[in-house]
Amino acid sequence: MESATRNISFRIYFDTLGAGTMKVIDRLGAVAIFFAFAFLKIFRRRQMGEIIQQVFYIGAKSSNIVMLVALFTGMVLGLQLFYTLIKFGSEGVLGSVVALTLIRELGPVLTAIMITARAGSAMTAEIGVLRISEQIDALYTMRIDPLRFLISPRIAASLISFPLLTAFFDLVGIVGGYLTGVLLLGVNGGAYFYRIHSYVDMTDIRGGFIKSFVFAVIVSVTCCYMGYFTHLRTDAYGAKSVSLSTTSAVVASCIMILVSDYVVTSFLM
Amino acid sequence: MDTPLIEFRDVTKRFDEKIVLDRASLAIYENQITTIIGKSGSGKSVLLKHIIGLLSPDEGDILFRGKPVNKMKRSEWDRYRSKISYMFQNNALFDSMSVFENIALPLRQTTDLSKKKIESKVMSRSEQMDLSDALNKYPAELSGGMQKRVALARALVTDPAIVLFDEPTTGQDPIRKNIILSMVAHYRKQFGFTAILISHDIPDVFFISDRILLLWEGKIAFHGTYEELSHLKHPMIDEFLQSIEGLRDELTGLLSKELFRSRYSQTLGGGSADNVITAILFRVHFERLSEALGHQAAIEVVKALGEYVHKYFGPLGGFSARHSREKVFTILPRIGAKEAGLLMLEMAEGLQSNALPEIQASAGRRIGVEACFEISVSAGITEGGPDDDIELLIERAEENQKIIARYQCDKEDGSQ
Repeated sequence: MESATRNISFRIYFDTLGAGTMKVIDRLGAVAIFFAFAFLKIFRRRQMGEIIQQVFYIGAKSSNIVMLVALFTGMVLGLQLFYTLIKFGSEGVLGSVVALTLIRELGPVLTAIMITARAGSAMTAEIGVLRISEQIDALYTMRIDPLRFLISPRIAASLISFPLLTAFFDLVGIVGGYLTGVLLLGVNGGAYFYRIHSYVDMTDIRGGFIKSFVFAVIVSVTCCYMGYFTHLRTDAYGAKSVSLSTTSAVVASCIMILVSDYVVTSFLM
Repeated sequence: MDTPLIEFRDVTKRFDEKIVLDRASLAIYENQITTIIGKSGSGKSVLLKHIIGLLSPDEGDILFRGKPVNKMKRSEWDRYRSKISYMFQNNALFDSMSVFENIALPLRQTTDLSKKKIESKVMSRSEQMDLSDALNKYPAELSGGMQKRVALARALVTDPAIVLFDEPTTGQDPIRKNIILSMVAHYRKQFGFTAILISHDIPDVFFISDRILLLWEGKIAFHGTYEELSHLKHPMIDEFLQSIEGLRDELTGLLSKELFRSRYSQTLGGGSADNVITAILFRVHFERLSEALGHQAAIEVVKALGEYVHKYFGPLGGFSARHSREKVFTILPRIGAKEAGLLMLEMAEGLQSNALPEIQASAGRRIGVEACFEISVSAGITEGGPDDDIELLIERAEENQKIIARYQCDKEDGSQ
C-alpha cells in the first residue's frame, strides 16, 4: 500500500518535471525560431532608417546612464582593489586589475544589465502595447511584416549598441579607477596606465566583445519576444499583461545575462 | 449569379470552448457593398479577420474567386492580400507616428513610390477626410472621430480592391457619419472596389448596401438585399431590427416596421365593416436627389419628410413608417379616401411653400451641404378595409402616384 502511494507520488513528480521541461524546451525553440527569422530580416530593404532610429533609442539614449554607472563602478573598484592590493604590496598593478575586471567581466555584464533596465523594458512595453492595441495586426493587414518592421531593427540596433556602450563603459570605468586609485589614494599615474598597457591584450578585449554580442542577442530577443507574444499570456490580459511581460522580460534577461556570462567565460578561458 | 469574390463554406471558429462561427457560409460579390450586421460580440470582426488572414478557420474553407485561400501559393496569397485593406474597429493607429506618417506608412513600406508621389497621395486622402490641419499631430491629440478618419484614410491610401470596414462610423457625429457612408458609396462607384462593412448604423447603412448579411449565433441567418430583408418575417431579424431601428425612428416620430404592423392590426381590430382607413404612400424622387447631393444627404431629406408627415398627420390619429429608403407610408384611420385626399392636398401645399425649403435648409445643415437641389415628392392614395393587407395597400398606393410638391431653388441666388 505504502509502496503504491510512493509510486504514484514519484509518477506525479516526474510527470510535472517532464511537462515543465518540455515547456521550457518548447519555449526555447520558439525563441530560437523567432530570433532566426528576425535576424535574417535585418538584411531586407528599407531597414536602415529604422535601425538608425533604434540605435539612437537603445544606444545613444542609454549612454549617459551607462557612463555614470561605469564611472562609479571604476571608482569603487579603484578603492576596493587598492586596499586589497596594498596588503600584498602590489598596489602598482591596480590599473591592470581594474582594467581586466572591467574589460573581461563587469563592462559587458553591467552594460547589458543597464541597457536591459533602460531600453529592454521599453522594448517589451512598446511592443506589448502595439500588440494589445492591434497595431501589430494592423501592420499585417498592410502587408508590413511585423518581425521585419519591429523586431529586426531592435536586434540589429542592440548588436551595434551593446559593444559600443561596453567599450565606453570600460573606458570610463578605467578613468573612474584612475580618479580614486591615482588622484585620491596616490598610486603612480604612469604605473597605472603602463600596467594596463602591459597586461591587457587583444584576447581580453575580444572576450569582452563576444560577451557583449551574446548579451545583445539575449536582451533584445527576450525583451522583444515577451512583448510580441504578450497577448498569449494566460495569467493577465490587456495593460496588466504588458506590465507582467515587461517585468518578466527584465528579470529573465538579467538572469540569462549572468548564466550566459558564466557559460561564455568558461569557453573563453 | 457570378462566382463570389469571397466565399465562406461551413467555416467554424472556436476560442477555447466558445464557438464564434458555427459552420458559417456566405458569399461576397465583386463591386458590391456588403454589410454584416449582428449583435455586439456575435463574431462580426472575427469573420472579417478571417478574410484578411489574421485568423484561420478551425474547420471549413474560405475561397477567393473559387480558390481556397489555404491552398494558395505564397505569391498568390501575397497578391490576394495586396488587394485588401482593413480598417480596424479601434483604429489601430501608431501612437508614436504623426497622422501623416500613419497614412503614409503602407505606401512607404510596401511600394516603391517616390517621396513626392507618396506625399501627394497622402495629402489628397487627407483633404478628402478633412484632416489637412491634423497632419502633424499625433493620434493621442485627436478626437475619436478624427482618429477614425485617419484610420479610414490609411485604409484607402493604397487604392485597394477590397476594403474591410470594421464599424467605420462608430463615434462619428451625424455629419461625418454621413460623409463616411457617402464616401464609401461614392468611392465604390468611382473606383469599383468591393466593400465589406460592419455597422450598427441601421438603417442608414442599408441604403448604401447591395447585400446584407445577418450573423446570428455563429451562423448567417440572412443574406440578401435590403428590400428582401424588409419583407422577410423572421423572429431573429425582427428582434434585431426592432431593437436598433425602434429607438431611431422614435426620434423622428416614425414607427419601426414592427410597431407599424402592430398598430395597423390594432386599428383594424374587431374587423368591423365600417372600419375604414386610408393609406398614403409618399415618395421622394431619390435618384435625382442622390445624384445632386450624394446618398446620405438624400436619406436625410427622406427622414425630414417623414418628420413632416408625422407632424401633420399625427394629431389626426395617423401613423407612419419608413417603407424603404425613399418612401414613407402613412395610415389614416377612420378617414375615407376623399377626405384624406383633401387633407393630403392641404398638406402638399404647406409642404411646397414652407416645408421643402425648410427641409432643404435643415438637410443642408445636417449634411454640411450648402448647394441648391431639387426635391420632388409624389404621393399615392388608396382606401382600405379590415381585410386588406398592408402590402396590398402599398401596392395600390404605388400605382396611383402623382407629384404633389416640388421645390427647386435658384442656382444663382439660392432662392425658390
